[in-house]
Amino acid sequence: MAFIKYFPAQPKIDFLSKRKLFLAFSAFLLIGSLVSLAVQGLNFGVDFRGGILIEVRTNGPADLPDLRSRLNNLDIGGVTLQEFGAPTDVLINVQRQEGAEAEQLAVIELVKAELGDVVAEYRRTEFVGPKVGDELRQAGILATVLALTAIGLYIWFRFEWQFAVAALIALVHDVVATIGFFSVLQIEFNLATLAAVLTIAGYSINDTVVVFDRVREMLRRFKKMAITDLLNLALNLTLSRTLLTSVTTLLALIALYVFGGEVIRGFTSGLIWGVLIGTYSSIALAVPLLYYTGVRRDNLAASDASEEEAVEDAS
Amino acid sequence: MVQISRWQLVLVGLVLVLGIAFALPNLVGKQTAESLPDWLPHKQVSLGLDLRGGSSLLLEVDVDSVFTEQLENIVESIRLDLRQARIGYTDLGLEGDEVVFTIRDPSQVQRARELLAPQLQDTLFSLSDEGVGRIVLTDQARASRRNSVMQQTAEIVRRRIDETGTREASIQRQGEDRVLVQVPGIEDPERIKTLLGKTAKLNFRLVNTDVPANAPRIPPGSELLPSDDQDLSGLPRSYVVRKRVMVSGDNLVDAQATFQDGAPVVSFRFDSVGAQRFAQVTRENVDRPFAIVLDDRVISAPNIQEPILGGSGIITGSFTVEEVQDLALLLRAGALPAPLVILEERSVGPGLGEDSIRAGEFAAILGMILVVVFMAAAYGLFGLMANVALITNLVLILGALSVLQATLTLPGIAGIVLTIGMAVDANVLIFERIREETRNGRGPVTSIDAGYKRALTTIIDSNLTTLIAALLLFQFGTGPIKGFAVTLAIGLVTSMFTAIMVTRVMVILWLRRRRPVRLPI
Repeated sequence: MAFIKYFPAQPKIDFLSKRKLFLAFSAFLLIGSLVSLAVQGLNFGVDFRGGILIEVRTNGPADLPDLRSRLNNLDIGGVTLQEFGAPTDVLINVQRQEGAEAEQLAVIELVKAELGDVVAEYRRTEFVGPKVGDELRQAGILATVLALTAIGLYIWFRFEWQFAVAALIALVHDVVATIGFFSVLQIEFNLATLAAVLTIAGYSINDTVVVFDRVREMLRRFKKMAITDLLNLALNLTLSRTLLTSVTTLLALIALYVFGGEVIRGFTSGLIWGVLIGTYSSIALAVPLLYYTGVRRDNLAASDASEEEAVEDAS
Repeated sequence: MVQISRWQLVLVGLVLVLGIAFALPNLVGKQTAESLPDWLPHKQVSLGLDLRGGSSLLLEVDVDSVFTEQLENIVESIRLDLRQARIGYTDLGLEGDEVVFTIRDPSQVQRARELLAPQLQDTLFSLSDEGVGRIVLTDQARASRRNSVMQQTAEIVRRRIDETGTREASIQRQGEDRVLVQVPGIEDPERIKTLLGKTAKLNFRLVNTDVPANAPRIPPGSELLPSDDQDLSGLPRSYVVRKRVMVSGDNLVDAQATFQDGAPVVSFRFDSVGAQRFAQVTRENVDRPFAIVLDDRVISAPNIQEPILGGSGIITGSFTVEEVQDLALLLRAGALPAPLVILEERSVGPGLGEDSIRAGEFAAILGMILVVVFMAAAYGLFGLMANVALITNLVLILGALSVLQATLTLPGIAGIVLTIGMAVDANVLIFERIREETRNGRGPVTSIDAGYKRALTTIIDSNLTTLIAALLLFQFGTGPIKGFAVTLAIGLVTSMFTAIMVTRVMVILWLRRRRPVRLPI
């Protein structure tokens, strides 16, 4: 039954020799993400830009061009319409209006009055005033910076600086590539997708920590092995775990993506991409980076010999 | 290590029993759950508005307007006092949040001090010898006023929403001057918004008939107010109304929507003080127009035909039936102490909520089945043990959510699905380690022992980092995102417990019973 028996416990893949290829690919991802962010930016949702979002279900298949022209006649600035999961479901995005909250709310009433005859159900109405939009944006930036800093501090505390630097570069790589994913595909970036990005930060560092733990152990155990061989060994020993965990997580996420409903599809797609990137980066970026930051045994031996003993004693 | 201590068994058993007990109410209907005897857990997971449908409104109370009003009253009373005492003054008015004035004759400064000081409690009052006076509200007075305004606002908002027949609304103060209103299951959020958007300050004031509405200058003590009436040519009409309030809406005890001559009107009743005053005013002003002013708009200004002595009356105007009903409701619930601004609205219709629950449930169950099948296929017997741990984990999450009464949102369901995928990670780490140790030639017992021990630090390390992210999300997120952070954090903790403790108990019991020579992975 257990097919894991057929998966070699210690595959012999030489990851380190391809490190330049990986670096080039990561650089490509990063540059691509940054260029896309600079050129087309993020498709901010109503949470961050302020404005109005209304999801309606129409009586019968929606006539988008007709709806569009009717809403444009209201003279409420940019209105975008899109089909949302079903031909009868339409997502209406109304630009942030000039003026304060009251002006925005008036527009909701205006739109609802205009569409009264074709709409069977208002499935969702989200309105974020200018004030709250600004606050949410600031809180979002703060949360991201704090999360990255806190995770960074933890890594720094748990590992030597060579590991910490490599882990942080990999972490930033994953976060930028995930945000880039939203930019390239222009998937709406809202509070939920920000949550996805932070979750990915946690997941990716999780993966990296597992491999780094093993590298550290190998460094202690094989005092004379060449560093590239040692990093390769650590990667190969943890490979089955890295892949299995990614597969189970992806299985759950794909179920969520396909059947979890339209509302969280953007969020889930970010998580799926993030898991893929996080898995890739802990194998192909974080560990090869260790080669460049120059992990050495001497500073490990001193500080960690005692730790090893402590673990043995505790048992 | 292969012996498992008694307290560990007891702990695992206890947590499982509690988890199942707290999760169980969720499997039965809501009514059944509530009718369970008290000694049984009967709380169900509380669903967020995005799942059960409803409206969430973030309101800001314009407390500053209350301060301004208070300061303006001070200006008026100073004007009156100084005039009555025949003390000359200039430049009396508001400058920012300060009342300023100048006493003309420095020799009268001392008199003015003695006159004004006793009435200016809760303020910082200074009057220099040159005659320059300044008055500001003390920080204490502002703080206590702010508090009472916020409490009053919450109370009035509660009453207005209760009047619509919704009983489950949650109204919470947020920060300095905000109120979060959450109304589950509401069909028409626009109605609530309309109701909360009005201050509903009602008062009865005399119309100043000495000046026409188009007069170039309105005399002090009167003001020009717009109205819903139309004049003869069909244009909206304005009235010059005296500022002095004869009777205020605070004295109303009841208001009802009704009809008079086929037109919708609001009938009202005053308390005894209001009735007395109303009687007096109407007696003294027969044949003069009496303006009914709501939120600085004249609803109507009928002529007083005869004294109204019974303490009740009707408000007429150009109303629709719905407007009359809303007005009666607002008058019954009382006026807000300060205007409200709606900063944020998130409304989900009942249809979308149901769809989201169905989709979320289906995705969670399917994700679970996929992971369970995969783990069983990958690790055989050990995979089955991991699956038992996984299902236990789900039960514990459900139990924890019920006990903590944390709100389950759609992203929260996503958090659970994500933990289903990630929960097996700890077991994969352990199993892979056991596999490796076995391959290195160790026997089953030592392999398992080493597997658990070596994987432990890694598991804690890796889960802590995700926990950090979850906690920050909880701190900074709002609504649904908080829900995601909660389930993610709970899922991480329970999954560590089930993956490490629960599977270990299973593995060790299995080892003792079978005493295998080789491990099946």
